[in-house]
Order: sequence, then structure tokens, then C-alpha cells
Amino acid sequence: MTALGQDLAVSGAQPRARRAWPAWLRSPGVLCALPMLVFLALSFAAPLLTVLGYSFLPPRTFDFGQGLTLENYADVLTESYYLSFAKSLGLALATVALLLLVSWPIAYGMAKTFGAWANWLTLLLVIPLFVSENIRLFGWVLFLIKGGVLLGSLNTWLGIEADGLIYNVGAIVLGLVYVYLPFMLFPMVLGISMIPQDATEAAEDLGASRWQVFREIELPLAMPGLLIGCLLTFILSLGSLAESKILGGQAVIMIADEIETAFTFGQNWPLGSALSVILIAFSGTLVIALLRWLDLDRILGRRP
Amino acid sequence: MTQRQAKRLTHGLIAVWTGAILVFLYLPIFSVGLASFSKARYFRFPILRYDTTWYEKAFSSLSVRELVSTSLTIALLVALISVLLAFFGALAFARFDWRGRRLYQRIILLPIFFPQAVLGLALLIWFSTVGIIPDWRTAVIAHLVWITPIVTLVISIQAYGFDPALEEAAFDLGASRWQTLKEVTLPVLAPGVISGALFAFLLSWGNFPLSLFTTGADQTVPEWLYAKMVSGYTPLVPTLGALTTTGAALILLLGYTLFMLTRRVRGS
Repeated sequence: MTALGQDLAVSGAQPRARRAWPAWLRSPGVLCALPMLVFLALSFAAPLLTVLGYSFLPPRTFDFGQGLTLENYADVLTESYYLSFAKSLGLALATVALLLLVSWPIAYGMAKTFGAWANWLTLLLVIPLFVSENIRLFGWVLFLIKGGVLLGSLNTWLGIEADGLIYNVGAIVLGLVYVYLPFMLFPMVLGISMIPQDATEAAEDLGASRWQVFREIELPLAMPGLLIGCLLTFILSLGSLAESKILGGQAVIMIADEIETAFTFGQNWPLGSALSVILIAFSGTLVIALLRWLDLDRILGRRP
Repeated sequence: MTQRQAKRLTHGLIAVWTGAILVFLYLPIFSVGLASFSKARYFRFPILRYDTTWYEKAFSSLSVRELVSTSLTIALLVALISVLLAFFGALAFARFDWRGRRLYQRIILLPIFFPQAVLGLALLIWFSTVGIIPDWRTAVIAHLVWITPIVTLVISIQAYGFDPALEEAAFDLGASRWQTLKEVTLPVLAPGVISGALFAFLLSWGNFPLSLFTTGADQTVPEWLYAKMVSGYTPLVPTLGALTTTGAALILLLGYTLFMLTRRVRGS
């Protein structure tokens, strides 16, 4: 994908460049894009192509030259891997749905009602993002575990005895919602700030109810930001690893977990590659479909 | 209830909800901080004896020093290289109009919309295929794949607000391309560059899923913390966790101040 993009990006200027060097220089965009594209071709496109190649090797082999096979894909379908995939999908969908509900009021406040406070709030919301994900998840373990901050206090002050609240599906969803909240929130703020105040006011003046304003004006106008947020959090949750490992115990085996096991303990790189290819193809299709539709210049605030 | 009252009520509810979510966001970090001051071998709450034993141990431990220096080296290199790549990448993203720009913008976004653990594993196979033995340097590359696009976006947002007429004016006054870049473009984009470098440093410093597969025999702080969480728990885990968090917060504060200062200088 990246390699193809690079060809396309360069071919615009290449023929003229051969004839006259200054034509190249007159396209500074190409020059500026080039280092980045070369880097991504070498360290993003090439690894993905390698994974694709490996997925067609016979199981448990480590180099090319022994013929190609579809055996790994057959294994994925016949063994229970599709179950992990289905569970990951379910958890990712639940996470996105919860994040939409949790983030909308905050994003609305940040874009419309908080005024000068919004900057400080942004800072406060960004700070946890820079604390390593597994430290924060570990903090939840300390909070929720038997004898931890929550249950320890309940026990001491109210005499309530309870078992630990982690190592179940709920804890994994909590971890996912927690870690990916900013990834939903900030695109959503971008989306909501694209709603012109006039549009809402006009609708109100014409007698629209709050619900009608939300459904007919705010939701459609904020849609680009909402979709970016949903897609980003969906894909990150789908491929997440740390949440299920730290908070989930072995309650749910996520697809990324299966991939990791195949690569490490399983020593079956071709199987791990086949699983990765399916995950990448699935999320990649969604991403490319959305990105084709979005006008990035408008969302990120280019001058007209 | 009049419409104005209803509005005020909504705004109040939004503020309360936002406050609750902020508590939710900081709750686990606060728990780690609490646990780091416990003397006990295994964490129990309420804490019976608060002291700083484990901080002393963390500061005097050689292996902790090594972990921190590995993480720090990776994060500094990632910040430096990603800003260099992303500065020009952002000019191509936002400043210039050229054929293929729309496609280029979308290519830049792809690594961000990508499961990091899978990216780490893909890089691991790629390194092994071309015969590179992974160590901290390969982790730098892995971090860059994910972080450079983010830095590009951060600088791009700054570049969108950039008036091309400034550069043209410099040209008209006889400045060379290099002079224009140094005297006009760079200062105008400086706030974006600083926040980009800050983002890059902190994201690399805290990254776990990419490091896990690409550091080889070397280990970063988040990797070590994870290994100890899963097996062989020691109270050094919350202590080191709290220390790295404090470090990140200090750097963020310093960077934010710097960012505000460059803005003020530019404004005056």
C-alpha cells in the first residue's frame, strides 16, 4: 500500500525531473514528502509484505524456499481461532459504544460550553496519555484487587467483604474504555467544533426540540470527527494486548494474544502471520474506506 | 423551566460528568502513587506503614539505572529523528499543493490506525528476514513508525495556519530557499515542532507494545514493569511506575511552559 502510494506520489514529477532538474525543485511538496515515504516504505510497507509472505509458508518454517501453501489459513478456520476473533470484535464494539456515550458530553463541553477552561482540561486529559499504558492498567489492578484501594477501604470502614473485581470480561472492557478514551474524545471535539453555532441556533429558533437539534443538526455535522474516533478506538481495541493480559487474567483470549503466542511460545511464525494478515485486512479495509471519504484538510483546519 | 434554565442545567451536568471522568482517569495513577509509599512486600490497603524504602532501593539499583538509560536513549533519538522527518513531512502534508498530496495524507495516517502489537511483530519478522538482530536500536525504528505520523499531524495543524505569503515575501526580498526555511518557516512552525518533539519523547518513553517485540535482549522501563507485573512482583513496580510518571509530568510541564513562551515571543 505504502510502496504503491510512493510510486504514485513520485510519478507525478518524475518524467519532468529527468528532462529538467528545476522542475523537481519547483515541486517542493514531493521533495518534502520523499524522506517520510522512503522511511514508511522500508519500515511499514516492507514488514507488512513480509508478514503476508510468511502467511503462505508451511507451518513452523522460518524461511522461504519450501513452496507456498494455504494451510495456515485453513488452520485458522478449522481450529478455534475464529472464536478469539469474534470475542475481540465483540469487546471492541462494546468499547466503542461505551466510549461514544462517555465522551459525547465532555467533547460537547470542550467544544462549546467550557470556554477558556477547555485548554486546561485538554492538558489534564492529555497527561495520563503519557503515562505508560501498563502502569495505568496496573493502577486499576491495585485499585480493584482483593485488599486493594477500593475493597480494602470498603472492608475497613464499612465491613464489606468482597472478592477481587478483576480477571473478568468487565475488567477488560473497563481497561479498554480507560486507555482509549482520549482517542475517542479528541477527534470528537474536532468534530463538534465543526458544528456552526448559527445552525444550532437557527434550528432552536424554528422550534426544534433539543433531541431534534441533536439528531438533525449536531450529529450529522460532527460525523467526520465521530467516525475517526470510532474507527481509531475500534481498531486499537481490536488489536489490544495489555488490557486483557493485565486486567483480564485468562478470562478472554484476544486475537492479539493468539498472534503473540503463535509467534513466541508456539514458534509458528506462518500461523501468526496468517492471523495477523486477517486482522490487518479487516481493519485496513475499514480504515481505507473511511479515509477515502474524509476531507482531512477541512477537519484539521486548513484555510479555505 | 425556561429554555435558559434548561441550558444552564445541561451545562452543569456536563461539568459534573467531566469532573467524574477526570477522577476516573487519575484514579489508577493515584493508586500507583499510594502503593509506591508502602513498605509491605505485598500491597494491602489501607497501608499500615508509609515510607520511602523502595524509592531508596530504586535509586541505588544498577539495573533500574540501566533500564532508565535505555528508555531515555530510545526516547531522545525518537524525538529527534521523528521531528526531522515530520517537519518536512508536515510541509508536504499541509503547506504545499502537489499531485498525490491527498494520497500521501492518507498513507501517513495508516500507521496510526494500526494495532501496535501486530506492527511490532511484523517488524520483528522483517528484521529477522533481512538479518538484523533486534536491540534497542531496532526499537527506535519501531517507535518511529508509529510516532512520526503523529508528530507530522501535530506540526501539520500548525502549518495549516501558516500564511504562504510570508515565505513569498522573504523570497521577494532576496532570501535563499535555505534562509527562508531557517528565518521564516521554522520560527513560524516552532510551537508545532516543540509540541511534536514533546509528544514523540513521551509516547516513546511510555510505549510498551512496540518495545515488547523489538528490543531484543535490551529492556525498557515499561517492558520491565510488565514482566514483573506478570511474574515475580516486587514493590519496585509501583515505585518505578510512580517515578516514571512524575518524570513524564515534569517534562510535560517544562515543555508546556516552553511552548507558551515561544507563542508569546511570536505574538509580540
